[in-house]
Parts: sequence; C-alpha cells; structure tokens
Amino acid sequence: MEKRYFQKETEIMPYEQLRQLQSEKLVKQVKHVYENVPYYRDLMQKKGVTPEDIHGVDDLYKLPFLSKADLRDTYPYGMLAVPLSECVRIQSTSGTTGKRVIAYYTQHDIDLWEECCARAIVAAGGSKEDIVQVCYGYGLFTGGSGLHGGSHKVGSLTLPMSSGNTERQIQFMMDLKSTILCCTPSYAAYLGESLKERGYKPTDNYLKAGIFGAEPWTEEMRRDIEKSLGIKAYDIYGLTETSGPGVAFECEYQCGMHINEDHFLAEIIDPDTGEVLPEGSRGELVFTSLDKEAFPLLRYRTRDITVLTREKCACGRTHVRMKKPMGRSDDMLIIRGVNVFPSQIETVLIQEGYAPNYRIEVDRANNSDTLDVYVELAPEQFTDTVSGITARERALAGAIKTMLGINPAVHLVAPKSIERSEGKAVRVVDKRKLHD
Amino acid sequence: MAIQQLTVFLENKQGKLAKVTDLLAKEGVDLRALSIADTAEFGILRMIVSNIEKAKKVLVENGILVKITDVVGVRLTDKPGELADVLSKLDGAGVNVEYLYAFLVPVAGSAYVALRVAENDEAEQILKKAGFHLVEAKDIAS
Ligand SMILES: [Zn+2]
Repeated sequence: MEKRYFQKETEIMPYEQLRQLQSEKLVKQVKHVYENVPYYRDLMQKKGVTPEDIHGVDDLYKLPFLSKADLRDTYPYGMLAVPLSECVRIQSTSGTTGKRVIAYYTQHDIDLWEECCARAIVAAGGSKEDIVQVCYGYGLFTGGSGLHGGSHKVGSLTLPMSSGNTERQIQFMMDLKSTILCCTPSYAAYLGESLKERGYKPTDNYLKAGIFGAEPWTEEMRRDIEKSLGIKAYDIYGLTETSGPGVAFECEYQCGMHINEDHFLAEIIDPDTGEVLPEGSRGELVFTSLDKEAFPLLRYRTRDITVLTREKCACGRTHVRMKKPMGRSDDMLIIRGVNVFPSQIETVLIQEGYAPNYRIEVDRANNSDTLDVYVELAPEQFTDTVSGITARERALAGAIKTMLGINPAVHLVAPKSIERSEGKAVRVVDKRKLHD
Repeated sequence: MAIQQLTVFLENKQGKLAKVTDLLAKEGVDLRALSIADTAEFGILRMIVSNIEKAKKVLVENGILVKITDVVGVRLTDKPGELADVLSKLDGAGVNVEYLYAFLVPVAGSAYVALRVAENDEAEQILKKAGFHLVEAKDIAS
C-alpha cells in the first residue's frame, strides 16, 4: 500500500495531544525569543507580558503582534535569535514592495522546513519511487530549495531544474519520466500549453501529481492544469517569513490545506481590531512558530485573509485546514458593508476571458457606495456594434455581482489605457476618502 | 466580394477621433466613408478607406484597437426610393441590417451605401438578383 503520511505520528495525532505538544513548544519558543531578540522583548515589556505569563496555547492572545513593518525595521539582523555562526543559510523575499525580508536558518530549521515539504510531497502521493521535477526558482526564493529539500527527505529522485527553459523542462520530463511536478501554477499551465503545442496528449507524460504554490490561483486554473497535464494538482502555502513553502499543504481530498500545526500555530484575527476570531470566521491569518531557532516569529501577521476549519478530514490528518487565501487584508475594501477583495474581481475577469488589467473605483453618491470597474478590452473581444460591447459589459457586471453580491458598473476601455506603475496596473482608487 | 470596413474603438475623450484621422492623413490614406456610433463612454468609428492594410497598420502601431469587418457595398442611382428598395428586398428575404451609412460619391448621379448584415453572401445574392450594382474593393482603392 502507498505510504500516506511522511510523519504519521504527528500528522494524525489526536487533537488534545497535539494541543498539549503545541503548549509545551510555545512556552519554550516564547522564552527563546524573549531572551535572544531584544526587539520583541521590548514589545512584550511595553504590553506588560513576560514569558512567565505564557503557560500554553490559551495564553497566546497576550503576546504582541509582529508585522512586515517590524521585519523591515529590524533588517537585517534585528530578529535573529541565535549567533550568526549557528546559521547555515539565508533565504529572502523578492522585495517588490519595499525592503527585502531576510530569513535565517540553522540546520535544525532547514530540517524542519524540509520535513514540512516532504509531508506535502507524500500527501500528493510521492514516495522514494518518484521522480520529482522542481521548476520553482532556486536561489534566494524559497520555492526551489524548499521542495528540493523535501524531495530529498522523501528519497525521491530530485531534478533541480529551476525555473524557465521550457524546452529543457519538457525534454527532461519526457526522457526521465518525471512523476511529480513542483512549480508555480502559472508555469504549470504554460507547460501544459507548450506540451500540447508540441503535439503531446495529456496521457503522453508520466506525471501523476503537481504541487503548485507561491502565487494566487483559482479552482478553474486547477481544473485546466489537471486536464492539460493529466495530473492531480495540489496547493501548497508558505511565506519566507515562516520558512517557505510547506507551512500548509493539500492532501488527496483537496479540501483546503492542512497547516503543519506541530511547527506553526495559526490564529484568525479581525484585521482592524486584532481580536481573535472563532473557528470558521473569515479574517487575517497569524502564525506563531513553535520550534524555530534562528528566525522565530511570534504572532506574525501574514495579511492573508482566510478561514480555518477543524472539521474532520477523510485523509486522517488532524491538523487544521486553511482555505486558499482570498486576498490581502491591506487590499480589502468595504463597499456597502460588504468585504471586497480586488482578487475576487480578478478571478471573475480571468474566468470571463479578460486579461487581469483593471481599475476599481469606489466612490459615494447619495450616501451610497458606488463601484466602478474599468477593464481593458482585448482585440479579439472587440465587436463593431455598440450593442455587442454593452452586452459584454452587462454580462461581466452580472458575473461580478454573483461573486460579490454587489452590482458594479463595468466599463470596457481601450487596451493599455489603464495606468501602470512599474508594469503593474494601478488597481484600486478609493475616492470616498476625498470626501471625508 | 464584400468590401472591408475598418472598425475603430474610440474612448470618448477629447482628441481621440482627431488622432485617428490625423494618423491616416499622414499615411496618405483617403477616407471614402465614415460613421460613428457612440455612447457616453465610447464610440465605434466605422470607415471605408482607400488602403485598409496601411490604415490598420498605422493605427495598431499607435496602440489603437481596430478590427476589420466585412460589409456589403451597393451602388444606388441617385433617385428617391432607391435605398428603400434595397432595404425592402433584404427585409423580405429575412436579412437583418444592423447598420448602414452612405459613402462619398465618386461617380456623378450615383450614391454608395455600406450595409452591415450577418450573412454577406446571402445579402449580395439577393441584391444582385434584384438588379443592384455591388461595390467591389477595386471601386474604392486609390
Ligand atoms: Zn486531509
């Protein structure tokens, strides 16, 4: 029989026992941080909390939050909790928004991270018989080295392809008979198209599964990738700040990602008030590392908005599941009392065949919020009649209303007419602020 | 057989139409016909031009959204009731005309009309049978 868990004892540990383990680890982790990270010690002292106040998971709420801004302020060494000589590696975020965040790892931290990735590979059906093609980028980015290390731990044959060079990816995939593909979902979709262009059918390759993450993707993309490559596509989640991919992963039931709770404690909070919300609530995901040495983070605000559930999963894992994040808390708009994420509108645009170049304008007229969505028309969508274009606008407005519950005004505009800053379209303009 | 119309998407902002006609003038492309359908936000400019490939190329190069649409061109003698006759023939055959517009007249005593229908071949057969003279690409080229 196929091996279903990489670390069975922990992965299917009864909840009470798991919570006990988390509490023990948390007490130690808080003490470690308090003693070795002056920045966080200050935050705790300002809040009047000492390690003696933390007896277990129930006391977690007493600790102060950390945000990306804290990591920037303490760049590059301020969050380091061990002497630099104990560290064996750094990884880093891309730094597209401001300063980079650098994460440090001891050998213990690397092992822990790679074990998390190994769990994800085994959950996707991987074993030492498999050939794992890793085409995430290698280097500072955590994608490549995370899955690479995980594949080693499983004992699979690892192909360290890194990203790009599609010709070579396809050659190795077919010649070496890769069985598991690890890359971003958009690259997986691209590989599927490239194989088709070269005359390969989905059944011609040897792949059985793919582990895709590091960027948002939709259920529809999942179905397309599964069809074009003839595989099952699994989601994986992680942040450089928490070590990298593998913080959470999907099992064969593809019903949300199991968080590796023996290493990362998850909370959902109200992004505005910081209040901890009960299970099943939608809110901002917060992580507390439980056994990291070099770069432990307590109550780190990910800004990802999601929902957690402890409903029993048919795979036997007891670890809590998180939904695919539906957006970033700092992008959230409240329109007529409804929470709206630009990513939801983006999802609809992609589903309806539009490029995700858009601008959202929120304003207030007659004491009611208005939502205007400007979308670029693609050449193949252009028709020579006014009714053809207005019909497209109505159809798109209807699809957005179905997603959000709010009726927008959709405006189709000329290609490349939406302003871009550094290549990215300026997505949201909230004009309500001008009136306040 | 049908003639080609250059369809252009115009945002209703000042200067957009002038930019299109300017670009065509600089390329030496003549306008044979022009019509605009618009809403408060956008307009659709439809043109019959002397050199459609040249016109399309310069507009695309300038980031303007264009499309080539086939339309039926008919030559009418300049007398009352001619256009009504064309439309009733098509209507009688169940051919719906989405829009139409007149051309500049290159031949004294006649008028050209461009008709946008779903099935060009069908419309052309009907009109030919009824004795109308169809306009061909060579009639409008420079
Ligand atoms: Zn499961």
